[in-house]
Amino acid sequence: MAGGLTQSEFKNPVVRWIDSRLPVFTMMQKEYGTFPTPRNFNYFWNFGALAMVNLVIMIVSGITLAMHYTPNSALAFDSVERIMRDVNFGWLIRYIHANGASMFFIVVYIHIYRGLYYGSYKAPRELLWMIGVVIFLLMMATAFMGYVLPWGQMSFWGATVITNLFSALPIVGDPIVTWLWGGFSVDNPTLNRFFSLHYLLPFVIFGVVFLHVAALHITGSNNPLGIDPKGPQDTLPFHPYYTAKDSFGMAIYLIVFACLVFFAPNYLGHPDNYIPANPLVTPPHIVPEWYFLPFYAILRSVPDKLGGVVLMFGAIAIWFVLPWLDTSPVRSMRFRPWTRPFFFLMILSFLVLLYVGGKPPEGAYVTAGRLATAYYFLYFLVLLPWLGVKERTLPLPESISRPVLRGGGPLPAGAAAKPMEKA
Amino acid sequence: MMPRLFQGIRAAAGRRRAMPGGRLSRLAAGGLLGALLGAALLAPLPPGALAADEHSHETPRPPHAGLSFQRMFGSFDRAAAQRGLQVYREVCSNCHSLRLLSYRNLRQIGLSDAEVRAVAAAVQVQDGPNDEGAMFERPGRPSDRFRSPFPNEQAARAANNGALPPDLSLIVKAREDGANYVHALLTGYADPPAGVTLQQGMNYNTFFPGHQIAMAPPLTAAGQVQFPNMPDASVDQMARDVTTFLAWAAEPELEARRAMGVRIVIFLCILAGLAYAVKRKVWADAH
Amino acid sequence: MAETLAAPPGSPPHGREPLETPLGTPPESLVSVSGTGTRRDMLTLMTASFVAVGVGAMVWPFIDQMNPASDVLALASTDVNLAPVAVGQAITVVWRGKPIFVRHRTPKEIEEARGVSLSALKDPQTDAQRVQKPEWIVMIGICTHLGCVPLGQKPTDPKGDYDGWFCPCHGSMYDSSGRIRQGPAPSNLVIPPYAFTSDTQIRIG
Repeated sequence: MAGGLTQSEFKNPVVRWIDSRLPVFTMMQKEYGTFPTPRNFNYFWNFGALAMVNLVIMIVSGITLAMHYTPNSALAFDSVERIMRDVNFGWLIRYIHANGASMFFIVVYIHIYRGLYYGSYKAPRELLWMIGVVIFLLMMATAFMGYVLPWGQMSFWGATVITNLFSALPIVGDPIVTWLWGGFSVDNPTLNRFFSLHYLLPFVIFGVVFLHVAALHITGSNNPLGIDPKGPQDTLPFHPYYTAKDSFGMAIYLIVFACLVFFAPNYLGHPDNYIPANPLVTPPHIVPEWYFLPFYAILRSVPDKLGGVVLMFGAIAIWFVLPWLDTSPVRSMRFRPWTRPFFFLMILSFLVLLYVGGKPPEGAYVTAGRLATAYYFLYFLVLLPWLGVKERTLPLPESISRPVLRGGGPLPAGAAAKPMEKA
Repeated sequence: MMPRLFQGIRAAAGRRRAMPGGRLSRLAAGGLLGALLGAALLAPLPPGALAADEHSHETPRPPHAGLSFQRMFGSFDRAAAQRGLQVYREVCSNCHSLRLLSYRNLRQIGLSDAEVRAVAAAVQVQDGPNDEGAMFERPGRPSDRFRSPFPNEQAARAANNGALPPDLSLIVKAREDGANYVHALLTGYADPPAGVTLQQGMNYNTFFPGHQIAMAPPLTAAGQVQFPNMPDASVDQMARDVTTFLAWAAEPELEARRAMGVRIVIFLCILAGLAYAVKRKVWADAH
Repeated sequence: MAETLAAPPGSPPHGREPLETPLGTPPESLVSVSGTGTRRDMLTLMTASFVAVGVGAMVWPFIDQMNPASDVLALASTDVNLAPVAVGQAITVVWRGKPIFVRHRTPKEIEEARGVSLSALKDPQTDAQRVQKPEWIVMIGICTHLGCVPLGQKPTDPKGDYDGWFCPCHGSMYDSSGRIRQGPAPSNLVIPPYAFTSDTQIRIG
């Protein structure tokens, strides 16, 4: 192979010239054109592509915002307001960026829970899943540091509280916090480094996303039935089938996004962040952005400082070992009647945590938060390993293209027969 | 064809046979656990605990002010905003700054160039240093920011009994339920109920968290601010107008945003329809 | 179904299909939709053009955000007090971030500026076209070659061969009316919009 040109299938001479020297077109064709994709995706499989688009939107709007933003504690708040008031379309770009973060988490949470429901983390996709968890962690770090940049009250106190989490570590805790701050409180050096890292991390995410997609294209996609495609009759070329389906999903996503940006741009934000940061006064209710609330609730449900921090990080760390915690050989919950209700209960506990995290830590909220936290860990650490062994799963369908056992109910016989005729 | 059909029917029937047990167990488990969690959630609740916002059991929610811009597609009532500007200039601006706004911005609420110049020139702003290195005062220009009543926070506190009058540029965005709250606060002064002793220099306000507010009632009598064409404007009228003005000050982009939003959402809906049609066509031969 | 199967094997490649027969395409994708092809084409084309319009419209804000913001545009005027500038002296003030040369010209300099015949000029302009009051010349002090600030404001500066300004970067020389006389610059120093608000006061912009 060395020294030779690759064989290009393309007819256009320019494309062919490039492709035979650097087969990017062949690669694109292979990975996004003809890539054999299970034919039975439902709309939950749109969310990976949506997350990708969302990342691009965040990077583009972020780069343009950085052209006007000033990362200095004396100027940051006013520079953001200048973007809102004076920069051409500045309000639009900032609201896209702020609400884009929320959209990103909505999309990624759905993407994650889709993976959890259909067993997309199981062999041979363990590494693909783990890379995804890394992306999620990077997203959380990026979102947290981005929220600090406007230098409002929530920015400042969010930064103070979250960086103080590290002080829970024995011995090294306090030096680490001082190191993170670059001083003895959250201040200008903190803002400067957060801006630098907030600009850097999205590109790191981009790189890890590339690995995520590369790993996906090695194993191929999972599908709602959780069984492997057995041949060409089980798959469709990615283009035009899934490009078309993704495009429709994208339009719906953009409608939701636009409604937020244009009609409720501050609905998911907190009014206190329109008050400039004041190191002497903590707002009465400080809450992180909504997408951190489930984890924040776990933190608060433990009455011990270190314990809370450990449990909070543990809630995500647990996802890394999930492929080995789930002992069932069956991927899709459609065929796991025992585990399924417990799975939905786990979603419920996550939503309870999301709700409780935004409420003051008192009375019933604490009880509910503790119950939900306990169940969350019970599900992953006890129920999944145990049920996977004990469960009597439903019979799996023979193949994707013969949906006689499809979860969605019996299909007309003609529809089942059609692809077979073609094959 | 026929054997496959039978196969399909058999399999479907088999599935249905397999279902009842699975579905029952699912329902049972789900129902049981749901009920457990629900009970756990609600059982230890003291009455009223779900409304646990720490002020809410004493601070009433501000009533809906029903202002022009509060409707989904509403815009700022220009006349109200201009009257509100007058209230701000004559009343609020004695203590409260509006530092993120420039006089030139007032063109947006319908002031002419000449009127903007007049508003700006009515104040003396500090400029400098001049060629001798000294700061000097000059009449304001449209490009100047609104002049702040105090040079710094300390001066503001010193002049206000230790309390800091907040900047009003973003007040409507920086408070929960912004416009309703501002309007309610301005009209919410009352005599303290029996048993409440006010600290020195404090005033009782129904809608202020904790009820004790350092700001004396700013709008006290009908006609306090003499609007042209509206000689005896009520306190409520003045409060509504200044709220409109401050809402505009906080979100000057609101009208452009909503207008653009309507167009973009309509466009996207059509696009979604088209994309769906394309998807149906593409998939027509795959189902 | 029948239509699909009846499609001739050599039917032209469809717009949405890959142009070439791709490697290992599953059979389904080869099933041409020629029976409904034109409708799908129209639809696809319409959708694609909608997407193009949408993307185009969304690109504009991201380009326009780099244009001067409204607060920058608002800082458009600078007042200059001319009273302290004696005959023969010059001051430099800032307008829109650029140096503005204001020189109180001597009678000799005015004479020189008026005495030049237009045919000797690269960028012909009479002195009267360039000043509002002959003793005051107000110009943007940026060489029209590549944007350096010419020397000639301070008494000790080189003024070039024409009693005006000299650009040290590439040797352009301007006369006492700020017109290009020698060197690579293509045109005269630019006159900003300004007006005398009183005998000793100008407002630039």
